Amino acid sequence: MVSDIFINALFIPATADAVSSSSLWQYFANGVSLGSLYALIAIGYTMVYGILRLINFAHGDIFMMAAYFAFFGIAVFHLPWPISFILVIVATALLGITLERVAYRPLRDAPKNSILISAIGASFFLENLATYLFSGKPKAFPEIAFFADTVVIGGVSIQIVTFFIPVVTLIFLAVLLYIVNKTKVGMAMRAVSRDYETAMVMGVDINRVITFTFAIGSALAAVGAIMWGTRYPQVQPMMGVMPGLKCFIAAVVGGIGNIPGAVLGGFILGFGEIMLIALLPSLTGYRDAFAFILLILILLFRPTGILGEKIAEKV
Amino acid sequence: MKKEDKILSIILIAGLFVFIAVADKFFNLYVQRVLNLCAIYTILALSMNLINGFTGLFSLGHAGFMAIGAYMVGIFTVPVEIRPMVYFMKPMHPAIADIEMPFIVALILGGLLSAFIAFLIGAPVLRLRDDYLAIATLGFSEIIRIVITNAQSITNGSLGIKNIPPVANIWWIYITMIISIAFIVLLINSSYGRAFKAIREDEIAAEAMGINLFKHKMMSFMIGAFFAGIGGGLYAALLGTVDPKNFLFVLTYNFLLIIVLGGMGSVSGTIISAYVVTAGQEWLRFLDEPLSIGGIAIPLFRPGFRMVIFSLLLMIIVLFYRDGLMGTREINWEMIKNFGKRFKLRRVKSGEVQ
Repeated sequence: MVSDIFINALFIPATADAVSSSSLWQYFANGVSLGSLYALIAIGYTMVYGILRLINFAHGDIFMMAAYFAFFGIAVFHLPWPISFILVIVATALLGITLERVAYRPLRDAPKNSILISAIGASFFLENLATYLFSGKPKAFPEIAFFADTVVIGGVSIQIVTFFIPVVTLIFLAVLLYIVNKTKVGMAMRAVSRDYETAMVMGVDINRVITFTFAIGSALAAVGAIMWGTRYPQVQPMMGVMPGLKCFIAAVVGGIGNIPGAVLGGFILGFGEIMLIALLPSLTGYRDAFAFILLILILLFRPTGILGEKIAEKV
Repeated sequence: MKKEDKILSIILIAGLFVFIAVADKFFNLYVQRVLNLCAIYTILALSMNLINGFTGLFSLGHAGFMAIGAYMVGIFTVPVEIRPMVYFMKPMHPAIADIEMPFIVALILGGLLSAFIAFLIGAPVLRLRDDYLAIATLGFSEIIRIVITNAQSITNGSLGIKNIPPVANIWWIYITMIISIAFIVLLINSSYGRAFKAIREDEIAAEAMGINLFKHKMMSFMIGAFFAGIGGGLYAALLGTVDPKNFLFVLTYNFLLIIVLGGMGSVSGTIISAYVVTAGQEWLRFLDEPLSIGGIAIPLFRPGFRMVIFSLLLMIIVLFYRDGLMGTREINWEMIKNFGKRFKLRRVKSGEVQ
């Protein structure tokens, strides 16, 4: 029901018995685009974790809902794609804000395990809600002619969207880094993430900062979902689970709380996964295991991640 | 435990045996099946509560441990002569093709293998803090499932194993449940159990008191995994078929719902809630069917509605009734005896007010 469909959706059409230079090219392009998608989703995890010290378990499911929103905008309501993309991003940001209000804000001072259970509950609820509303059957994501066109480079035909994804990711990363480092809201975000209580004492409106963080994280997940849909055109209620877990791992690999780190982690994970299949085709069935093994290795040998700072545990 | 309470407990267990005998003879198959499922879920949820509720390790790997036990029973109890029919896509690996075990041996081996895998996983993972531990154990539970799906010559891959002899009748399941509950109750009342609870309350303080954190965490994790394997084995022998898709992490969320509703850290709460949730999920199946009252179709009722309600239930409990039914309290004989008195007292009091 769940990850088999997901594996099918990610199946790469090149036969992998011989890694010729042209198919290596293709793997390279696939790795970069998958890595960019992971990076976009991982940013949402890392921002929320930086501020609330909480794994937003439902982030992957917000990504899934965004894919459904895009499906409904284009395939059901027949809106032109630029308009529906904007609507999808706004709707997903609102969903993220609602999630924070309902599931996380009432538990702000509760024990950590309660917040974790609430997060899992929210994720479980969104998955079941999507199954209920849209049925468990996978739906075909509408093809957008502009992205689906293929170009032939070095004897390999590659979808245009494959090139678009990294570019879009880098643009959004630049905008985000500008917001975080140069604007007043960004300064407040950095302050809250450094020291929650002191920031509150200094008059930072914590709730506003958290709302803003969830809005940005969810909006980026929506961008990721739209591009994911054009790349792997299948929408189903469990599609957010594996990408969600992997992107959290990407955020940990890069150093949780660190935005460039999340992007780096996303690229490492996406690229590593595709290259694993390219070089060792017999391990294709184990591609989902790769991320978890990487997580264990990172947590054992460098728990703060590649770009993270060392934090001592306080008693 | 007082002598009087001991006698009451023995009477309770004897009463349970009478109930099983009656259920075995007179209840129809559907009711028996629901009762069996409730008991298996009790074992599984209780073992998860040992790890999560009593030791405070937020582990989400239970579906994976359960799968190991279920597959052990599935692989080794299917009679050798019908194996070619079950493994029709790819024949079984010659090293295990001729090994057939009695159910009880496969069941216990499944529990032991599950505990051993927990040992291997626990060595790196149990050093992690709460939310990292949750993700890592969830990941390992998925890896177990991925390995099972891919090892086709052993597990028959995604086709699953069919024709498992359905030996697990109500006697098997309830006796295993009673043994599991008794073991876990004795464990958490022993000095080990007190060490588990100390770790749950405050790791650093527990370490300062001389508790070996890693040893006790590992012990709780392995015992929890052992009983998860046992529960999985019973589950396989009850259903007669196992399939990797039975053991998705969503199943772990179900156990989480049970222990959160019952109270993280309460044995009696877990037992009550395992029965309420499992029987509830069974008897609320009509929610998934289209329903019409007086010829008007109610649009709310269609596939998936039941699980929406149960996931909403999990959220409502954690948002508004964080302690669940029991919190960390237990139902004991003292409480039941007092309950009658208190009820009487309340009636007297309200009489005075009037």
